[in-house]
Amino acid sequence: MNIIVCMKRTPDTATKIAVKDGQIDPACLDTWIINPYDEYAIEEALQLRDRAGEGKITLVSIGPPEAQETIRKGLAMGCDEAVHLVDDAFAGLDPLGAAKVLAAAIQKVGDFDLVYTGWKGVDEDHGQTGIYLAEFLGLPHVSMVVKIDDIGDGEARVEREVEGGHELVRTSLPAVFTAQKGENEPRYPTLRGIMGAKKKPFQTWSAADVGLDPAGLQPVQEILSVTLPPQRQAGRIVEGETVEEKARELARLLREEAKVI
Amino acid sequence: MSTNNVLVVAEHLDGQLKRISFECVTAAAEIAGSLGGQVQAMVLGTSLPAALAEQLGQAGAQTVFTADDGSLQDYAPERFAQVVADTVRRADPAVVLFGATARGRDLAPRVAAKLGVGLASDCTGFAVKDGRLVITRPMYAGKAIAQVALQSSPQMATVRPNIFPPAEVAPDRQEATIEPVAVGEIAAGAVVEEFQAKGGDRPELTEANIIVSGGRGMGGPENYVVIEALADALGAAVGASRAAVDAGWRPHSDQVGQTGKTVSPSLYVACGISGAIQHLAGMRTSKVIVAINKDADAPIFKVADYGIVGDLFDVVPALREAIRELND
Amino acid sequence: MIDFSLTEEQQALRDLARDFARDKIAPVAQDYDQTSTHPQDLINGAHNLGLMNLTVPEAYNGGGLGALEDCLVAEEFAAGCAGVATTIMGNSLALTPIVLAGTPEQLEQFVAPFCAAPNLAAFCLTEAGAGSDVASMRTTVRREGDEYVLNGSKRFITNGGTSSLYTVFATLDPSLKHKGICAFIVPGDTPGLSFGKKEDKMGQRASDTREVIFDNLRIPVANRLGQEGEGFLIAMKTLDRARAGVAALALGVGRAAMEAALEYAQQRQQFGQPIAQFQAIQFMLADMAMKVETARLMVWKAAWLTDNGRPNSLESSIAKCYASDIAMEVTTDAVQIFGGYGYIKEYPVEKYMRDAKLMQIYEGTNQIQRLVIARNLLRR
Repeated sequence: MNIIVCMKRTPDTATKIAVKDGQIDPACLDTWIINPYDEYAIEEALQLRDRAGEGKITLVSIGPPEAQETIRKGLAMGCDEAVHLVDDAFAGLDPLGAAKVLAAAIQKVGDFDLVYTGWKGVDEDHGQTGIYLAEFLGLPHVSMVVKIDDIGDGEARVEREVEGGHELVRTSLPAVFTAQKGENEPRYPTLRGIMGAKKKPFQTWSAADVGLDPAGLQPVQEILSVTLPPQRQAGRIVEGETVEEKARELARLLREEAKVI
Repeated sequence: MSTNNVLVVAEHLDGQLKRISFECVTAAAEIAGSLGGQVQAMVLGTSLPAALAEQLGQAGAQTVFTADDGSLQDYAPERFAQVVADTVRRADPAVVLFGATARGRDLAPRVAAKLGVGLASDCTGFAVKDGRLVITRPMYAGKAIAQVALQSSPQMATVRPNIFPPAEVAPDRQEATIEPVAVGEIAAGAVVEEFQAKGGDRPELTEANIIVSGGRGMGGPENYVVIEALADALGAAVGASRAAVDAGWRPHSDQVGQTGKTVSPSLYVACGISGAIQHLAGMRTSKVIVAINKDADAPIFKVADYGIVGDLFDVVPALREAIRELND
Repeated sequence: MIDFSLTEEQQALRDLARDFARDKIAPVAQDYDQTSTHPQDLINGAHNLGLMNLTVPEAYNGGGLGALEDCLVAEEFAAGCAGVATTIMGNSLALTPIVLAGTPEQLEQFVAPFCAAPNLAAFCLTEAGAGSDVASMRTTVRREGDEYVLNGSKRFITNGGTSSLYTVFATLDPSLKHKGICAFIVPGDTPGLSFGKKEDKMGQRASDTREVIFDNLRIPVANRLGQEGEGFLIAMKTLDRARAGVAALALGVGRAAMEAALEYAQQRQQFGQPIAQFQAIQFMLADMAMKVETARLMVWKAAWLTDNGRPNSLESSIAKCYASDIAMEVTTDAVQIFGGYGYIKEYPVEKYMRDAKLMQIYEGTNQIQRLVIARNLLRR
């Protein structure tokens, strides 16, 4: 089973976001991680490959040259090869553009049974790229996959998370899955994995390498400005002689003042 | 050149339109008002009850496209997206709105891809400037708020639940024009075969009006009965912090925060949650926040409208009792 | 040239240790501290990731890495829990004499199994009456044919009751002082080996510290490390090698205390503002940062000397002494910044303070370190 995992680096989820000149201040983005949802995709892919006992996992990632380190972590976790898509034209891609680039790169990699990626990036929170990608590759997709019940020759049964439960989806393969956090915890890389990561095939491709004209990648979604959310004011601490008194006062406030219960 | 109309792709379950679809109609009416266009809606399914289109009309849609076909019984992203995309081409709206639900988030990008256009996800506000949308949407799970514009047409967006009030169904409103949509044979590689309900009859986290959440302070999975009892007294959903989920006390589907759900209920009760930045990101747009924590310096109190400093195992049962007294 | 940048692998290794410490060690540190239980699950986890036996040569399936990598990992683990980190470092301390002085057969037989499974080893040097004064040890050894017979006991032995292997130092004749000391490898299941009760320590309570007793314990001659009388030298070389790692543990505890204080000072409101706004607190935070940063420089330098095969006795003593002294200062100040909350066990900083104290004592007290430093200076 050959699996392509599309991953990207995102700022650490503990990052304090700052705004400068109406956009995210790049200086506040100083710690980078594998996008957590992509990490779930990597873990699922590793388990699928290892259960199948054959096949390879190719990481495909768009990012600046510095993203190499983060991609290498994916190799240290156990993926087999990586393609790093680096080009000035890839800076500021929107999901539509990113999917075009990924589709071109995946077609060039070729020979795969499954494309797996996170359901969204924890940076701009679009939740679109994997699905655009499926359409551009002419493949079915299943989004927010939490569990693979069965995967075999040209077909899979998977579960996706929806409000109030799971949808069981049957799909033909190849397909594109986007991962929601499921039961499997992404593994840590091991020392052996870290030391071996540099020896694994690692290719760097530009827009020209995947046959794309930068002019066709102009974002159609433009971020006009970014602000920080309005600061919530600390409210009041409900006081009282006893716990019961405090609770009664809180209940009263919620009904009479806030009118929410 | 497109029309100035705004099309809502509605969602229904068990013969009922979902609340989010009425919320979308509200957003659509605002936008259509500014553009000088109409609100339109679309429903897809098999043997659709006439009431669906009727209600959409009574809520404010002037035209309702109905795709009623045996092949639309089970959700299949490729097929549904094709039908919606064809309808969009035919109706030529300026704006297309979906609910930011599991279904809408799945369908909208596939439609956008078929049309080769951009999409704004999880939007919380729309303004019209020079005939184009200026869309408000959170990023970084709400740690930043962006104003975005879409250069492609139609302008497509998914609308976050619980932000817009649902449009009122007014039976005396003028009847909507029903436009049936012909559905041809469309191949689909992926088809939903079954829905497995999660059990329990508490409301779904992202749709709930009230959420009671427990964090690290819960101390263990067995102690959530305290939270559940309060939730049931309030008709609320139960949430959890990442710490509680990572500890294996609650399923991930309960997690509120940056790598979990982003929620905007009317009331969010945080019990034993210190208020890590990732958690605050997921619930800070709640209308009223209550914090119960024994650490008076916990960051959660900085965002809470009301706080009680104390042991949650004393406070939460007392609060449940107080609410019961109030209701009697 | 001076270059403080880490290679991509070193960074990845440090990130891995940091993630493991943050996600797995830190959340349970308080429990292990309170119950003073042996953290075998964390040892298993660290071993699975290849984060133990880092400096064992690759030929025996060890990490094949140097002192600097060992220090990077030690700092991160100690930031999670010093007791857990000491358990892991105690193991590596016990294997070091075999790595330094063992024959290929001894390495294959005794060290390689540690890389295959999460076993622990214990370094048995200190005695009730021979702490800093190693040469006055009373544990004796005598040769009987193809065997050695050991009698006596060792005190305050890390991993004393949880190990599968013991490296033991004993004397042929106490009157020979350091010239009579020999080093041995003692498998944990050897008859005649027993333990005292687990010490109820002030800090680092996750680590198992006990008396280890040898009662007519017999081992084959093949289990001797080096020659008779080389034991003292092997012990000193081992301690020289390990000292930077001990310094890194202290650094980790100091750093964790500083980070906790920094976060708390920005949260805690008094007089209507976060206490971090007060200069009195700012100066304490600044002092903490100066101490932690300079300690790291010294740790890295001592490790660099080791990795480059240069004498490191002076620098590793400075690193150990300085890092553990500043760890004590920084953790004490962290308790101060937390105020009353710092003194209660619900918050992490009182544990850091208790944990730090031991670092000024074990692996050569800071008084001995100062002696070593002074002797190095006066010898010039």
